[in-house]
Amino acid sequence: MTTRKHRIRTVEPFIWELSAPGRVGASVPEPDVPEYPLPEEIPLRRDLPLPEVSELEVVRHFTRLSRLNYSIDTHMYPLGSCTMKYNPKVNDLAASLPGFSEAHPLLPEDLCQGSLELLYRLQTAIETLTGFHSVSLQPAAGAQGELTGVLMIRAFHQDRGDTKRTRILIPDSAHGTNPASVSMAGFTAEQIPSDKRGNVDLAVLRERCDDTVAGLMITNPNTLGLFEEHIEEVTSIVHRAGGLVYGDGANFNALLGYLKPADVGIDVMHFNLHKTFSTPHGGGGPGAGPVGAGALLAPYLPGPVVRRLEQRSQEQPNFREQVEKQKESLHRTGHSVDRTGLPEVYSEYFTLVYPEKSIGRVKAFYGNFGILVRAFTYILQMGGDGLRSVAEHAVLNANYLKHLIEKTYRIPYERPCMHEFVATGEVAPGIHTMDIAKRLLDYGFHPPTVYFPLIVKEALMIEPTETESRQTLEAFAEALLQIAQEAVTSPDLLHEAPHDTPVGRLDEVRAAREPILNRRQTEKL
Amino acid sequence: MIPYIPHTDEDRRVMLSALGLERVEDLFQAIPEKHRKPVIDLPPPLSEAEVVRELKRIASRNTTAEETAFFLGAGAYRHFIPAALEAIVSRGEFLTSYTPYQPEASQGTLQAMFEYQSLLADLLGMDTVNASHYDGAAALAEGVLLAYRARGGERKTVVLSSALHPEYIETVKTYIEPFGLRIRGIEEGAWRPEELEGLVDETVCCVVVPFPTFTGTLLVYRSLCMATHEKGALFVVSVDPISLALFEPPGSFGADIVTGEGQCLGSHLSFGGPGLGIFATRGELLRKMPGRLAGVTCDRRDKNGFVLTLNTREQHIRREKATSNICSNQGHVALRAAVYLSLLGKTGLRKVAELTYRKACYAAERLGSLSGFRVTSPSPFFREFVLQCPISAEEVVRRLVEHRIVPGLPLSKYYPDRNQELLVCVTELNTREEIDRLAEALRGIQAKRENR
Repeated sequence: MTTRKHRIRTVEPFIWELSAPGRVGASVPEPDVPEYPLPEEIPLRRDLPLPEVSELEVVRHFTRLSRLNYSIDTHMYPLGSCTMKYNPKVNDLAASLPGFSEAHPLLPEDLCQGSLELLYRLQTAIETLTGFHSVSLQPAAGAQGELTGVLMIRAFHQDRGDTKRTRILIPDSAHGTNPASVSMAGFTAEQIPSDKRGNVDLAVLRERCDDTVAGLMITNPNTLGLFEEHIEEVTSIVHRAGGLVYGDGANFNALLGYLKPADVGIDVMHFNLHKTFSTPHGGGGPGAGPVGAGALLAPYLPGPVVRRLEQRSQEQPNFREQVEKQKESLHRTGHSVDRTGLPEVYSEYFTLVYPEKSIGRVKAFYGNFGILVRAFTYILQMGGDGLRSVAEHAVLNANYLKHLIEKTYRIPYERPCMHEFVATGEVAPGIHTMDIAKRLLDYGFHPPTVYFPLIVKEALMIEPTETESRQTLEAFAEALLQIAQEAVTSPDLLHEAPHDTPVGRLDEVRAAREPILNRRQTEKL
Repeated sequence: MIPYIPHTDEDRRVMLSALGLERVEDLFQAIPEKHRKPVIDLPPPLSEAEVVRELKRIASRNTTAEETAFFLGAGAYRHFIPAALEAIVSRGEFLTSYTPYQPEASQGTLQAMFEYQSLLADLLGMDTVNASHYDGAAALAEGVLLAYRARGGERKTVVLSSALHPEYIETVKTYIEPFGLRIRGIEEGAWRPEELEGLVDETVCCVVVPFPTFTGTLLVYRSLCMATHEKGALFVVSVDPISLALFEPPGSFGADIVTGEGQCLGSHLSFGGPGLGIFATRGELLRKMPGRLAGVTCDRRDKNGFVLTLNTREQHIRREKATSNICSNQGHVALRAAVYLSLLGKTGLRKVAELTYRKACYAAERLGSLSGFRVTSPSPFFREFVLQCPISAEEVVRRLVEHRIVPGLPLSKYYPDRNQELLVCVTELNTREEIDRLAEALRGIQAKRENR
């Protein structure tokens, strides 16, 4: 184990620098069974180079690290497209109930009716909010949901023997995940330009749509924070050419209670539960990316999904027998069915099945369950009206904040935005968006998303979310306006920002030139 | 009033009047009118107390590992989680931050990621570990895609051991379908190193094996790995990280890509998710690796700090040419693993692995000596073994559940013809008393049969 001899000096020492031989940070029970020698035929490891640190030092180390972070709990965090809103604490409490946290995914279905009920009700709630026929909760994150949706489109065309459809169209305002998902699903990604109002250029779309188009991926509201004004026309152009429409649900929070995407011709769509349904982002994940599909694509959803079997009539009191029969018939139609046990008392029963033409699994088990519990808790607490109110206040906040800064920060598209908007950071000569972003840190705000979307030069993509108060929005706007002044009067203040963070502006080029990605590599220095 | 929306009537009035609007709905004019503001048939809002009551009711319909003598594993494992871990990871600064796009405001997350990458690289004996993938299954699937790309996309056969977790095999199938890759090994039922070796030729881009196997068996892969390399293919291992506290890590016999499920490192069962996709590579494969990486750099005053690095592999820069579409990671689960490995440390992790090994041996000895039962897993095994039962394993589960024992997984779940086989899992949390109770209950089953 290394001591603090090497050349890397970080604000907080590395955990292995706190190590001393013989220290322990956790107690392990003494053996209560006889000793069994380790096998001779399997090579044993010689050394286990893990740190040896006391519990207190581990607690202090990670607590000190945590304090180097900005987070929603400590700072306004208006990262565009990431929906950094308050994550209610009750969501975490729900996920930590032992009934959920100590439930094993392969329990006989009889013993996990609670988990299955929750999954079923979450599926249904998402169907209700979006108008889709069915939902699969399996994908672990938005990007995996995208891949899932595009694979479903692929399977649909293949099923019909329509193999010449190899292209997927994507507006130029899309997240990078869209083209990357398309490649992973074996299609070619093709960019469609936006028009002057930030909508898809319909003329180009019409021109590009033919019988080699498998589909279109569209984010709506798009990454400019604008609602696609011709959405029904867009989807029908694609449909007329025989293609399908994938909706990227990253921005669904703006539409809660205002639009069911299925109503405007979206065939399949993922939802980022960590955004719209307020589950904590955890420093980068885990997220959850359920996928909803209309009747056409529903049979292709990844499995398993939960189905509800119910007691159909009071005259047949033997529900157990009914469930057995229903399971048997599912089994006969090729579904994998758990038959280890059957219920005695319930009037409804939840069971896992594969959709008819499922593309299969995209991960083990049933999705990021702990995240799904949190999202379900949020939906229960908000109800339908509360969720509509979420969209209203998210959109109101974004428009109000835009209004407060638009005289100073140019807004490239002049129309009401949805839950977020894009401004440009060109407030003074020689000043870049990155300078403004870093200076914001000194004012105690996490910066917005920068340099995205790519179609706006020097973009600052701002999403305040509904959970920020008017006072906070005004303070944030005030900071942006002051920074714009500083950009003129003392530009170096911006160029050298941040000044008040644990480290100054970090050299990203250097990090990539000679990557140091773990302990052993620090020792080579 | 919803506690998460702070707006007062006065706030709304001021904000709307600044925008020259009367109603919030005016901001939604771009949505086609006939579809705007549909009826949402969801229940009305509930108070927090009501929500908690309802969730407790739902949760109580589950039988938990804590209330029973619990011997179910098969890819999701129960190990002790120290209280200090929960205290650390529940800090809002970790839980409610996001991807460290602004490194100066995210040094805590970034250093924790760097420490995760380091601790795992040391445990696996690999050059580079990324900041995590979705879960063990998805990580393995992308590992196969990495091997395929690394071999230039020419070699279109993947040799998969049939002893991999069945759900991992399914996931790999989903991911490779668009690339037209063929699988060899599953239909053949090949899993012994010498069987797999026979399947490797010049069309193979990689050989994929589990350590231990889905049913717990430990195998030596050194010569299979060499043979794989001789044929110009890459060697991919899906590992159980806790087993590597005792046994030679795949990095030391030359594995090119190592993936695995890290849930067992300090995370709850949580009905199978979130998991932790461990993803590691050797040497220059780094440049083709999917997922985030935290690296060291300097600020202007030469102070060291951390950033996300080698971003040119990733979707937000490379778009359709990216090495993967992955955009998030399992950051918070990776943090749990880093804290777990820090707390357990060198001696603790080894003790957990030893206890797990020993107790599984004890359980196998006890159960295998019962009349009518037989342990059929080839030795040696780690944490899990297969118990051949005198009656259907599903029936065994059904009967033992009545005694508050969950004895394992009937293998018929994945292999319909393996009707009487039960996969039994033992960790350091299973006491000798529990194991003895399981043995007694099984003996009861056989006694009943014999008396009949």
